[in-house]
This record gives sequence, C-alpha cells and structure tokens, in this order.
Amino acid sequence: MKEITFIINGEKKSLVVDPKMKLLWFIRDILGLTGTKYSCGKSLCGTCMVHIDGKAVNSCSTIVSKIDGKTITTIEGLSKNVDHPLQSAWVKEEVSQCGYCQPGQIMKAAELINKIPKPTDDDIDKHMSKVLCRCGTYNRIRKAIHTAAEVS
Amino acid sequence: MSKTYSINRRDFIKYTGLTTAGLAFGFYISSAGKLIAQDVKTVFSPNLWLQIDKDGIVTITMHRSEMGQKVWTALPMIVAEELEADWSKIKVVQGNLNEEFGSQVTGGSASIRTSYDKLRKAGATAREMLILAAAIEWGVERETCFAENGYILNSVTDNKLSYGQLIDRANTLPIPKKVTLKDPKDFKIIGKSIKSLGEASKIDGSLKYGYDLQFPGMLTAMVIHSPVVGGKVNSFDSIETLKVSGIQKVFQISSGIAIVGEDTWSILEGQKKIKIEWMPGDNKDLSSETISETFKNALSKKSEIVLEKGDFTDEYNNSETRLEAIYEAPYLDHATMEPVNCTAKIENGFCEVWVPTQDPAGAFEEVRKITGFPKKNIKIITLKSGGGFGRLHAVDYVRDAVEVAMQIKVVVKVIRTREEDIKNGTYRPATINQVKSGLDKNGMPTSWFNRISGPDNVHHWFITGGSDDLPYEIPNIQIDYVRSKIDIPVGPLRSVGHIQNAFVNECFIDELANLANQDPFEYRRSLMKNNARQLKVLEVVAEKADWKGRNNNNKFYGIASHYSFQSYAAMVAEISINSKRKMKINRIICAIDCGLVINPDGVRAQVESGVALALTAALFGEITFKDGKIQQSNFHNYKLIKMNQMPQIETYIIPSYEAPTGAGEPPVPPTAPALANAIFAATGIRHRSLPIIKYAPNLI
Repeated sequence: MKEITFIINGEKKSLVVDPKMKLLWFIRDILGLTGTKYSCGKSLCGTCMVHIDGKAVNSCSTIVSKIDGKTITTIEGLSKNVDHPLQSAWVKEEVSQCGYCQPGQIMKAAELINKIPKPTDDDIDKHMSKVLCRCGTYNRIRKAIHTAAEVS
Repeated sequence: MSKTYSINRRDFIKYTGLTTAGLAFGFYISSAGKLIAQDVKTVFSPNLWLQIDKDGIVTITMHRSEMGQKVWTALPMIVAEELEADWSKIKVVQGNLNEEFGSQVTGGSASIRTSYDKLRKAGATAREMLILAAAIEWGVERETCFAENGYILNSVTDNKLSYGQLIDRANTLPIPKKVTLKDPKDFKIIGKSIKSLGEASKIDGSLKYGYDLQFPGMLTAMVIHSPVVGGKVNSFDSIETLKVSGIQKVFQISSGIAIVGEDTWSILEGQKKIKIEWMPGDNKDLSSETISETFKNALSKKSEIVLEKGDFTDEYNNSETRLEAIYEAPYLDHATMEPVNCTAKIENGFCEVWVPTQDPAGAFEEVRKITGFPKKNIKIITLKSGGGFGRLHAVDYVRDAVEVAMQIKVVVKVIRTREEDIKNGTYRPATINQVKSGLDKNGMPTSWFNRISGPDNVHHWFITGGSDDLPYEIPNIQIDYVRSKIDIPVGPLRSVGHIQNAFVNECFIDELANLANQDPFEYRRSLMKNNARQLKVLEVVAEKADWKGRNNNNKFYGIASHYSFQSYAAMVAEISINSKRKMKINRIICAIDCGLVINPDGVRAQVESGVALALTAALFGEITFKDGKIQQSNFHNYKLIKMNQMPQIETYIIPSYEAPTGAGEPPVPPTAPALANAIFAATGIRHRSLPIIKYAPNLI
C-alpha cells in the first residue's frame, strides 16, 4: 500500500492505495467517478481514456501509482456545465447513439484539439482511430471535432 | 417536499367515489400505473404514457428499451405531436415492466411500428381533455378552441391558457373513448429535425449504465464460465483467492464459479488465484472445421420447406445455363461496448433487478423461475444500455446475477470482463447456404433454390429469415432448410437471419447477372416490376450513386437491395484499391423506405450504425472454435471497424405516408453484399464466404 497525492478534476486528494491497482478501477470504484468506462481492459478500445497532465492515456492499463503528484481530468471534469466546445458540438451534431464510448471519444478529442487547434480529417483519423465505437458514430465525431475547432 | 402514498385504483374509487380521470386534487397515476397521492403538487395524467404538471412540463413514459436507437426521443415525439406539446417542455422517464404497457420487448425494428397508434391516442386523449377544459373555463363552445404548442387558444377571442393552467379542470373530466388524430400532413414534430433528449448525460459522465451502478453496501461479482462451451465445474479451490484483499465470497452457481468482492480490482486480482477443474462435456472436440463439415453434410439430408413455388427441380434441370454455389457465414458475437451485466438484490422474499435488457418480461420470468417468489415480489428496472443488437434478449446474465444474489445478503452487481463477454455470448449462428439457379435464353432466372444449413437450437427463422424475402419475380422457387445438433448458444443479432440470407440473395443474383452478361442494377430492376417500393429504393440508390455513369476508374461499385422487418433498403458500395493493393471503402449510399418517418436524423443514425455493424461483420467478424473453446477474446482478435476504415455514408429517406416501419435492422442486410459485389467489380474475385479478412487478407 502506498499514499498518493494528486489533483482530480480540480480537487486535491491524498489516499492510500494498492499501487498496482489499475487507474480505471481506482477512478470508478474508489473515487466513484463512473463516467470513465470499461470495455476491453487491454488498451484496445479507448473507452477508459482520461488525461494525466493533459495527456490522454488508457486508464485500464495505467497503474494508479503513476498519478502521484499529477493532475487528472476525467469526463466529469472536462467542464462545469457540459459546455466544453466539444460537448456542445457533440450535442449540436447529434453524435451519440448508445453513448458508452463517447466519454472516451471526447477525452481523446480534447487532447487532439489542445495539440492541433484546427485538425484536418487526416489528423482526426490518425488520432481518433484508437477509440472504438460499435454504433459507428465516427463520421459524426469527425464533424463534431471540426465544429468545436471552428468555435474555439 | 411532497409526501407520496401508494393506493391502488380500486381502493381509490371506493374511498373517493371518483370513477373518471377525475382525480381529485393531489392524486396522479405514476408510470407504474399506481395512484399516488401528492399533497403539494397536482399533475394531470389521463393515462400511463404522460403527465403534465402546473408548470406545463410534460413527462412522457417511454416503455421500450433505449440502447442507442433513440426510442427515448422518437416515441415521445409521437405523444408530443398529438398532444400539441411544446417540445422544449418534454421530459422522458423509463417505463419499467408493467402489463398495462403491452409488449415491452424491444426488437424486430418494431418499437415505432407497434407503438405508433397507441401513443398517438394517448397524446390526443390528453389534448382533447385540455381543449374541453379550456372551453369550460371560458364558457365557450368546444369547437372554438384548439391546441397549439402547449397552449389552448380560442379562435374567436384570442384568449389562451397554458396546459399547466388547465390541469386542475382537466382532472375533473371523463376520459373520452374516441379521439380525433391529426392529419400527418399537419405534423410539426414528427418528421422534423428536433433536438434528441437525454444527450447531455451521455457526454458528461452522469448516465449510469448497468456496469456503473453503485449502491451503499453493494458488492461486485464476476462469474468464471467454462472455457469449453457448455462445460461444467468438477471442482474448485478458492483458498488463495479468499486471501486476496477485498474478496468476500467464492461459490459455485449453475454456470460457473462466482467471485464476490468489495470492488472490481479485488475480483480481478482474486481471479488470478482461482483453481477450477472443469468437465468439458460434449463440446470438447468441437471445432469450426467440424461445425462446417456438419453443416455441409447436412445439405444432402431431408429438408424442411420455407417456400415452394412452381417446380424448381424440373425447371432447373431443363435449363441450359445453370449456376450453383455454396455460401458460408460464421458465428458472430454481439460485442456490445458495455459488457452484459445485471444487478440484483434479494431481501425478505423480495427481488429487485436492475438490468440492461431488451425483454424485461423475459428477465422477470427468469427471476420468478429461479427464486420462486410471487409476482408482486419481483421488480425489474430497465436500464439504458451501451448497445443491445439482440444480445439483451437473452437472460443468461440475469440468471447469473440472481443466483449470486441468492447467496449474498446485500445488493450485488454482476459484471464481466471483455474476455468473459466474448466467450459467453448468444451468437449469431453460422450457416452454409447451397444456392442454385437456372437461366432462360435471355439470361433471366426462371428457377431459384436456396437450402440453408445451420444449428437446431433455435427457431428456424434465425437461419432462414430473409431467404424468402426475395423481391425477384422468379416463377419456380424452392427455399428449405436442414438443421444439425450443435450446442453453441445462439441468439438474434441485428437483422437475425437476414444478415446472411441477404448476402446470399444479393451476391448470387449478382453472379447470375454476371453470367448473363447484364448490368447488375438493370438485371434486378427487370425482375421486380411489380414491387413498387423495392424498385423505388433500388432506383434512388442507383441514381444517387450515379450507377449509370460509373467507369471503373479506380472507383468500383456494388449494389444490393433487401426487404426486412417491413422496410425496404438498397445500398451501393463504392470502393477503391490503392497503390498497396489495399481496399478503401469510400462511400456507402443507402436508400431506405420505412414508411412515415418520425425522427429523420434518427433514421440516418440507424443507417450509419447498421452499416458499421454490417461492415465489421463482413470485414472481420468471426467466432471460431478449437477443442470446444472460443478462440477470440478481445478486440485485437475480434476486431471492430475503426474511424479510419469507416466510409462516408449518404442516406436518402423515401418520403412516405405509409404506416411507419423500422430502421434499426433494415440497413444491415444489404451492406455486405453491396461490398462483396463492389469487390467483384474491382478484383474479379467472388467472395462467397465471410469474413473478408480471412479470405482476402491482402485487401485490408
């Protein structure tokens, strides 16, 4: 067991943890933030995407000790009023179907537009193809990213 | 804060003498059909589909299962239309299992089709009562009043009253038995672009799927199932598992070993230490090869007829030009993004179940069978799911949860890893089709034979569905099936038998066109002169794809059309081959006729998701068996289509005032044959077996 200190969605926390616990389960079961989803557990699908110091990582394959001293953002912390440009664009473009992958999609997209404020289709495909969607909302995701980029 | 008292309808009438919707102040009918007393707010609720409060907020109960197909929006649109509600004042709540709703099975692309009439009536009933209430309020003739966008207006005096202002008086009125429905040409909500409901919760992390449920004191569990399909536990040793921090209990249930813990991580760690000895059972030598051989050998056995017309054998034998082919499709897993799960609580002879399901009545029946509890002691709470596609009709995962809950004293959430989910599915059955056709001297088919060979553990429709939905005017037809005992759990996967049979129909008709040296579009067209709606979608899709202008200049086209679940769909696939000889699917163009459309963007979304599912299946989808075990385990060996592989999708909805039919499944069947036909145009190679990645790996 190890004590870790981190900031999550703007709040500082200190907790004693099993350092080998995967970050995904720490976020979901210990912190109670279930917006970050499980679908594969093996970095194959991207639904578990969170930001550590602004970098999008698969939380299912990251051990919790890695967040010691770092800043974490989950989907719940992306905005206060569901008004991040990506979230507004997601609603405008009617992106979601079942919605299960969308938090991961949005977190990955947020990293993209932080890096490349006006991404091309190729930029989007290259970056976003790591996040799977069973409902095939890909074309709408691409459109929503362009919409968000135009607004920002 | 209001107090709520539960009182049943009979007692209410006894105590108050009221027999109309004539609810006194302070009573309303909840979505569960019970009369609930509220001593602060009043609502107007003439039926269990809607209630209106003093602020004019209309809460509509949605009685089917939301899994991304957006019934959450479309069904309320129907109520809101006839109610003449202000769409911005609509809220939706889930209708849990209640006989008064009628069927709550969500499947067969049937939710709109089977709910349209009663939801219209429900909305119209409330509207009529509000109009009458306003007329009484103003002391005028009812005919001078009309409803518009959440208000009743008076055409003579320009007076208006909001619905919220009228609920008290409306509550005193009898419920009309007959109501006038709107002329569809006057629809303001149905058929228009509207903002979907419930979207924010999907993108801010607040929507709780079954996998996310958290209750105070809840335990979590995972069940380890037999690696050989159908195997049973012989013995197990949980000593090391029980030492792992957070593990509470380990015990056997009918399908395997349950590991119960305080949280998911404990269970994942505990699972590593479990020792289980399995009795593999009868499937231990089962392989994809043995299954394929069994289905092939069965083709020569005695068959059961699906459709017989004219005399196939005679006509075929007398044809100069004949073609015969074998088509094959594998088992498929649904691979819902949210692995199946169920949460159950058993306490004091009561059982509550929270479950993503497409059949709450089926779940209820399973719970009743296992627990033996009386009906009134069982409650099923339907959850929004992270994908259904037919997987959630099964109750295997409900059984697991209830059996675990029976041995635990607190609420328990039973979840799966992706590996357990893929390996314990209810698969789309594998099939082998033998097809034959004889052509006349004009190259047109005058005989058609399709024998479907598959497993015997479901109704034959699961393998024959769609085979007899041939839109072609062929005078001599024989469609039949043969079934063999293969004990792999099977279930419906979005479009069920149509997904294979449309592949067979639409690829084989293409083969015949090619044999006859005719254009595939014109060939089909000339064979469906009397099928106006099928012809229309085919012609529209050919026009939008500029079929006639195609010149194969590294853009290759395939066409297909299919009728399923009472809707008509046609597709053209456009592909290119790049310098590395890899295929890129550029576009899928789709024309769909699903009658009167409620939510046009919803239909477009269904086409997009149907195509994505169909392409995933056609390109990659395969569940294979070796020594009785499923070889796939996660998304690296059971691939889903990715963003950079997804084509552009153009959807053309045929405007219609015909009765609404569905769009969930109809886009699936024509996709794979349109693609295979395009691949033939590009490469000259005819793919009769799927997936493409297996038979033409160089293309992907």
